[in-house]
Amino acid sequence: MPATAKCVVIGAGIVGNCLVGHLARLGWTDMVLIDKGPLPNPGGSTGHASNFIFPVDHNKEMALLGQQSADQYREVDRSVDSGGIEVARTQARMDEFQRRMTSAAAWGIQAELLTPAQVKELVPFINDDVILGGFHCPTVSVVDSLDTGTLFRNEAIEKAGLRVFANTEVLDVETEEEPATGLKKVTAVVTDKGRIEAEYVVIACGVWSNRIANMAGATIPLVPAVHQMADVGPMDVLVETNKEIGYPIVRDMDTFCYERQSSGSMEVGSYAHRPILHHPDEIPSNEEAALSPTEMPFTPDDFDDQMEQAIELMDMLGDAEIKYAINGLLSLTPDAMPCLGETAEVRNLWSAAAVWVKEGPGMAQVVAEWMTYGYPRVIDAHGADIARFYPQERNDEHIWRRAEEHFNKTYGIVHPQEQWAGRRNLQVSPLFSRQQALDAFFFQARTWERPQWYGSNADLAERYGVAEREVEWDNRWWSPITVGEHLNMRENCGLVDLSAFQEFEISGPGAVEFADFLAVNKIGPVGRATYTPWLTPDGGFHSDLTMQRIADDVVMVVTGVFDGGRDMHWMRKYMPKDGSVTVTDRTLEISTLGLWGPKAPAVLATLTDADLSQEGSPYGSLVNVTLDVGGSTIPATLFRISYVGDTGWEIYVAWDDARAVWDALMANGAEHGIRPTGGGVYGTSGRIEKGYRLQGAELESEYNPLEAGLARPKVKSADFIGKAAYLAARELGEPAVHMCTLSVEDQTDSKGRKRWMQGGNEPICDLDGNVIFDSHGRVSRVTTAGYGPSVGKHLLMAYLPTQHAAPGTDLQVMYMNELFPVKVVGTGSAFDPDDTRLKG
Amino acid sequence: MKILVCVKRVPAPGSKINVTADGQSVDATNLGFTMSPHEECAVEAAAQLVEQHGGDATVLTLGAPEAEEQVRYGVSVGIQRAVLMPTADGEWDPQRTAQAITAAIGELEAADGPFDVILFGNESADSGGFQVGVRVAHALGRPMVNGAKGLTLSDGIAHVEREADAGRETYELPLPAVVGVKEGINLPRYPTMKGRLASKKVEVSSIAPHGDVGGLGKITLRQPPERKSETIILGTGPDAAAAVVDVLEEIGVL
Repeated sequence: MPATAKCVVIGAGIVGNCLVGHLARLGWTDMVLIDKGPLPNPGGSTGHASNFIFPVDHNKEMALLGQQSADQYREVDRSVDSGGIEVARTQARMDEFQRRMTSAAAWGIQAELLTPAQVKELVPFINDDVILGGFHCPTVSVVDSLDTGTLFRNEAIEKAGLRVFANTEVLDVETEEEPATGLKKVTAVVTDKGRIEAEYVVIACGVWSNRIANMAGATIPLVPAVHQMADVGPMDVLVETNKEIGYPIVRDMDTFCYERQSSGSMEVGSYAHRPILHHPDEIPSNEEAALSPTEMPFTPDDFDDQMEQAIELMDMLGDAEIKYAINGLLSLTPDAMPCLGETAEVRNLWSAAAVWVKEGPGMAQVVAEWMTYGYPRVIDAHGADIARFYPQERNDEHIWRRAEEHFNKTYGIVHPQEQWAGRRNLQVSPLFSRQQALDAFFFQARTWERPQWYGSNADLAERYGVAEREVEWDNRWWSPITVGEHLNMRENCGLVDLSAFQEFEISGPGAVEFADFLAVNKIGPVGRATYTPWLTPDGGFHSDLTMQRIADDVVMVVTGVFDGGRDMHWMRKYMPKDGSVTVTDRTLEISTLGLWGPKAPAVLATLTDADLSQEGSPYGSLVNVTLDVGGSTIPATLFRISYVGDTGWEIYVAWDDARAVWDALMANGAEHGIRPTGGGVYGTSGRIEKGYRLQGAELESEYNPLEAGLARPKVKSADFIGKAAYLAARELGEPAVHMCTLSVEDQTDSKGRKRWMQGGNEPICDLDGNVIFDSHGRVSRVTTAGYGPSVGKHLLMAYLPTQHAAPGTDLQVMYMNELFPVKVVGTGSAFDPDDTRLKG
Repeated sequence: MKILVCVKRVPAPGSKINVTADGQSVDATNLGFTMSPHEECAVEAAAQLVEQHGGDATVLTLGAPEAEEQVRYGVSVGIQRAVLMPTADGEWDPQRTAQAITAAIGELEAADGPFDVILFGNESADSGGFQVGVRVAHALGRPMVNGAKGLTLSDGIAHVEREADAGRETYELPLPAVVGVKEGINLPRYPTMKGRLASKKVEVSSIAPHGDVGGLGKITLRQPPERKSETIILGTGPDAAAAVVDVLEEIGVL
């Protein structure tokens, strides 16, 4: 075993193998791959996977990386397009198939809906009496993941001299402190065969990943969970195909089961049983395991209901012998997304974990590119970025409870806005008890509870005559109250709790220089705030946020709660190591209240003598004031800005002062019609009327500021991350696409019902019904959807190629597999396009 | 035709068997349970005899209440009835087990008539005592052959074959008889899904076990020392030649 290596990859399953292959393609050398098990099947989850890929997923990352992976299996000729059919036993599932057809169109995947008789034509042994229909995808593929892994590994051996050590157990991952950043840095991997000093270490250990990460003081929030599978057979009809797979795979979606031919027998797999989780330390060693470590003893009692349902669907299964049955282990995370990227705690210790066979090669490519280029190129992986997790999301209690909650949703019908039932109230605002008293309906953003609307405002829905939505799906996780809150804000004013903002203070003699290095736009003088993107090295969006110059050598970064973890990690990754800069998380010291609406200045004036005019408190400025609240004075910073299109401020106060300020604004604002106003207005209706972009929705690394309409006339002279790529993009002139707002011109569906697009990647089509793709192959899809109460239209945001982007262009949007007419509003705001309400 | 087949619940371990800290049992934390492989063949033999001759077969076990899983498994692969003799005080020694099973057989036969054939596995997979079958046969005063690799019935006679050093031995036992079955006599079937579901519904009758503690006791279990092979790399290429010669001289080959 070598004493040193540039990169040690731990784990030779599908992910580790593909990763060394991709790294080799990208020019990496001096790599070592180790696994505690034997090769080619070291005993992890890859070895017992059912190895099929259904390409349609509503989630963009999962869908595109699934496709990417399927193509990589095809490229090495270890893939067969068996086709696959999801069958429905309920009307709700039939409706879901309409949504799946829509997602299939968005990702360019061939798909069709089948009648029960048509399903039976393709799968003659199915009982078509128990199903209502099918969703057929001919490009569903069955792959050989072990062989593919071997091929990628061999490629790395040949191309890059990869050294491979099987039967080698990791005992420790060593690190050293990095005082200036608060991070640790990985230094070596200790195994039972020797110690290797390494610059980079990647954990691709599947179900064991968190245990290995813990050795270095890092976390990879996942838990090994059981997926039961029984192999039954032989059956003549299958044997006669003389193939590994001769019939389409059937997913019996409403029973959460699948039936997948494997030569002469059928694999029946289930996501319907009770969640069965294991601690990594409970997984037996290769020697102790009767089969393999991740093929745990089958617990038949958990499977009996699924057997009955399987026999219902395919009678022949009843007389087939159960030859092999396992409690197979796979990885679940707290939010059902993978764990990719550099660990938040340890520099150069990377995670390529919680990845299933269906997305293995693609996600390995993501990590390889991330390690090589500083950010993935194949796709924006923000949803899988391991830095997304806050500390409260990294403990076993959270990981286990969340995994238990979503396991049975593997084949579930999950609404885009669906909220978690358990592990709530992990982090609440100082105003939480007041919001509860106001009957707030909370949405959870990672760990934070935020009011989406207030039940106490039910009268506003009546006042403005807002009705429930006609179709339950469209109405789910939505309330007409939110429209009432919006219109009241436009007429009077609204008070929005923004305490979930993440505030990170950059301080020290190098603070401003470092802040400028992060940001596209120039950090302003003291008293100014800068709205700016942060770019990836390739010039796409990593973040968009505000940076407030609050002192000569202090810049406060204010970012959204969904991206706090990623943005903090980005800073720690890039901050100077000479001690000239300190980054401090001030989130729990500061509370932010948003006060907006035409009456906002009048309401705020009741608490301060400060000049609140556009001259005294101009747009984009920070003004320090004292608020007179119940006889005591409370220091506050007023940031004149708006994310909702009405004049007003973000008011920054100390966490413990927030309740008094809230109470005073509510009391003094009563005569001005103030109402507590929820995230439905702040995040959706107010925002979309203005066309304001949101990180993770409109803004992803696949797009640049020119395409997003966020490029300024000039580029600052100081260097910043992504500058070269950004300048190169500007050189090209007209961007390929433009972020546009569209209005839905007729929401009536074929059944005469008024429908509401949800912002779930619905594709935009031309008038012939062709889905629009740009010159880079990116689909035009809805990134945000929301009703604009002040413009009276349901609004959508989407990137459109130039030829489709002119205001007034007629296009269509697909929703639930139907086309609805839409019109391009333009790249600016649908409401108050001249910003007179903000700055007038 | 009435057949009884007796089985024992045993862990299904990997190549390395861990022992609990107190040295009294196999650490089953991550293990599934099964019946001994010889007994799987005995169950298959019982199922086949009933298929050939009619009548019914009963599967019986004495063990922890969890051993119900094993008698239900027997039903899932072709046995009609199931009897559990639940113990509450750990593992029973062979004499005590045999005494209790003998008594239970008496009880079952008093109610439903005699068993024509009583089948055991050749020996259990965990303790391997080779005793219970023989002791039960002896107590019942019935003929018994162990190690059976062939079994057919005709005209009130059980024809039993077993392997011997120079060939095969053939026995004829007048019924009722007891036979200890050895792996290889047949290829046990797997349960079907319908079989598994039927086994869930069968009523498992319970007989309280009674027996006097016998003379064979367990002191402790321990793992034999692991056989470790050490690899020493003597060098690579021609440079290694001298070291290779040294080793060959050391072991006296040269």
